[in-house]
Amino acid sequence: MTSEPVLIGAVILVSLTSMLILLVRDWRYCVSALAVQYIGVFFLVFPSWPVEMAVAKMVAGWMAGAILGIAMATSSSSWHELDQPARFGPLFRLLAALIVALTVTSLVLHSETWLSMINLPTRWGSFVLISFGLLQLSLTTHPLRIFTGLLTSLSGFEILYAALEMSTLVTGLLAGITLGLALVGAYILVAPSMEST
Amino acid sequence: MSSALIWIIVPGISGIILYFFRRWYRTTVACGTVIMLLLAGAAWKIHIDELIKIGPWSMTIHESLVILGRQFTLTPSQQPLLVAIFMLMAFWFALVYVADSGRMYVPLGMVVGALLIAAIAVEPFLYAALLIELAVLVCVPILAQPGHPIGKGVLRFIIFQSFGFPFILFSGWLLAGVQASPEELLLMTRASLTLGFGFLFLLAIFPFHTWIPMLAEESHPYAVGFVLVILPWMVSLLGLGFMDRYLWLRTSVPVINMVQLGGVMMVLIGGIWSAFQHHLGRILGYACMVEIGFSLLSMTVSNGAQLFFTLLLPRGLAIGVWALALSTIIRTKSNTGTDQLRFSAIQGAARQMPIVSTGLLVANFSVAGLPLLAGFPSRLALWSDLTSQSLLLAIITMLGSVGLFISGIRTLRALLMVDQDQNWSIQERTSVALFLIIGMVLIVLAGLLPNWFSPTLAQISQIFPNIAR
Repeated sequence: MTSEPVLIGAVILVSLTSMLILLVRDWRYCVSALAVQYIGVFFLVFPSWPVEMAVAKMVAGWMAGAILGIAMATSSSSWHELDQPARFGPLFRLLAALIVALTVTSLVLHSETWLSMINLPTRWGSFVLISFGLLQLSLTTHPLRIFTGLLTSLSGFEILYAALEMSTLVTGLLAGITLGLALVGAYILVAPSMEST
Repeated sequence: MSSALIWIIVPGISGIILYFFRRWYRTTVACGTVIMLLLAGAAWKIHIDELIKIGPWSMTIHESLVILGRQFTLTPSQQPLLVAIFMLMAFWFALVYVADSGRMYVPLGMVVGALLIAAIAVEPFLYAALLIELAVLVCVPILAQPGHPIGKGVLRFIIFQSFGFPFILFSGWLLAGVQASPEELLLMTRASLTLGFGFLFLLAIFPFHTWIPMLAEESHPYAVGFVLVILPWMVSLLGLGFMDRYLWLRTSVPVINMVQLGGVMMVLIGGIWSAFQHHLGRILGYACMVEIGFSLLSMTVSNGAQLFFTLLLPRGLAIGVWALALSTIIRTKSNTGTDQLRFSAIQGAARQMPIVSTGLLVANFSVAGLPLLAGFPSRLALWSDLTSQSLLLAIITMLGSVGLFISGIRTLRALLMVDQDQNWSIQERTSVALFLIIGMVLIVLAGLLPNWFSPTLAQISQIFPNIAR
């Protein structure tokens, strides 16, 4: 079993990385934060899954980050700017993130009755990822941001679901979906500059 | 040998192999179509779990295949469904070259088909949601072709579809709890709500339908038609699977009312909104919404499962002819994109492309449920069943059909509108004209002689024995 301080550390890590993904404008930081986020995800699913399955989850996440990073590096330069330059853009995102964090706090504390089999830090980490991913999705039309948002939300769900289901097939399919989302994201980033068939 | 190997692995691997040969466009289309037809033939003729003798060899095809500790099972009762799915795929693949909808269509379409059949076969069945999500991801390169700008519709399609599967998986866990203690109303409500949200996203039910018209405006009509016919139909099968397995779900009045409400909203909004569109692609998108709505409504009436499967042929024919006609307009007018489908761009097109224009209108009116066309018999059966439940529901769904009918009239007006005298001529290619004429004849035949196909399709409902009764 993972000790409580490690889980709390993982919650802090995923909170910081998901916040970073939301705020940064340079795609390199965004992809790096996504990769680091999967280390936190590993520690949050580790109490529920065997280590090899948890590692598979982390490696799939890193591969997803690498795929998106390579796609960004080779895509047209018009995609390189993640947001339109706006003076108060980061401040607005930060405020939105804080409001969402408050909502998550309330939700986590009230989820004891219907998710009692999942410990508090795991629930916290999961809900933070789901909600920050959703916030990211609601604030952008940039493909990289959309796919990092989807991957973030999906990671949150996977942490929650790991405590309920331990099937190898499900782990494999979820890893497949993580990689599939990254591949589709990469395709969407490079497709406009590809040769028409 | 197992049934899953033949009807899941073979199409999947064939699709992957064909992907690498996509340079030879016509060959991949022909191979894909032939493989689908062969698999349909195999599903029709081969008997699962019986000894098969081919010359000196003999073998038995078993029901199950174990992958990563879970079973993929295709039983003899599912064989008619397999025939229907592979015939549907063959129908859509056969015209890909004529519609010019991209080299990735057939290879990836085969992979989508394999994943969707795996979704039917997987045990526990709620893992199907994961396989459907994978199929959704494979659909993206079919919808967003290389060298074209990516629209917001595709992105929204991915987002909304990806939201669906976590809800379905989570509801599976809650449903297990409901089965263990069915007296717990709170748990039942939570399970129903979670399941409901999953299907709201997956079936693009109002208010999560916005990606359908956007996608239909931005993407190639033939790709949109394929995705909007096959995906919602398979998701609906998953929904029927839930209803078949859980007694409380199929007997719960609030659940049935919610499904009915979702269906009515889809038909009404799809129909009414279509009447106000100025883009033929968007009208097709709204027509697909109406079809999803009718599928949902069919699940809520008596003999609903039979009706659900009967709807497949009219839908496949009408949307197929409609999508082919739109693809021809894009191809004929220019290759610049779907802006060619705006009313302003197609004015007078009927004088140059009378067969395409007729096909477009026949398909539109068939989806609207015009008498003598393929859509009418199933609509009539549904309206008659709905009337016995609630006259208001039947009237509202008829309003949706009226909306589609108005959109057909507006399309006719746009196609015939010319500023100056223009002579009539047939500019369609022979292959397109031939396929469209065959499609139109089939739409009329299916409308005139519904008994030719209805009993066969209705029989597929036996895969859900509890709701087919």
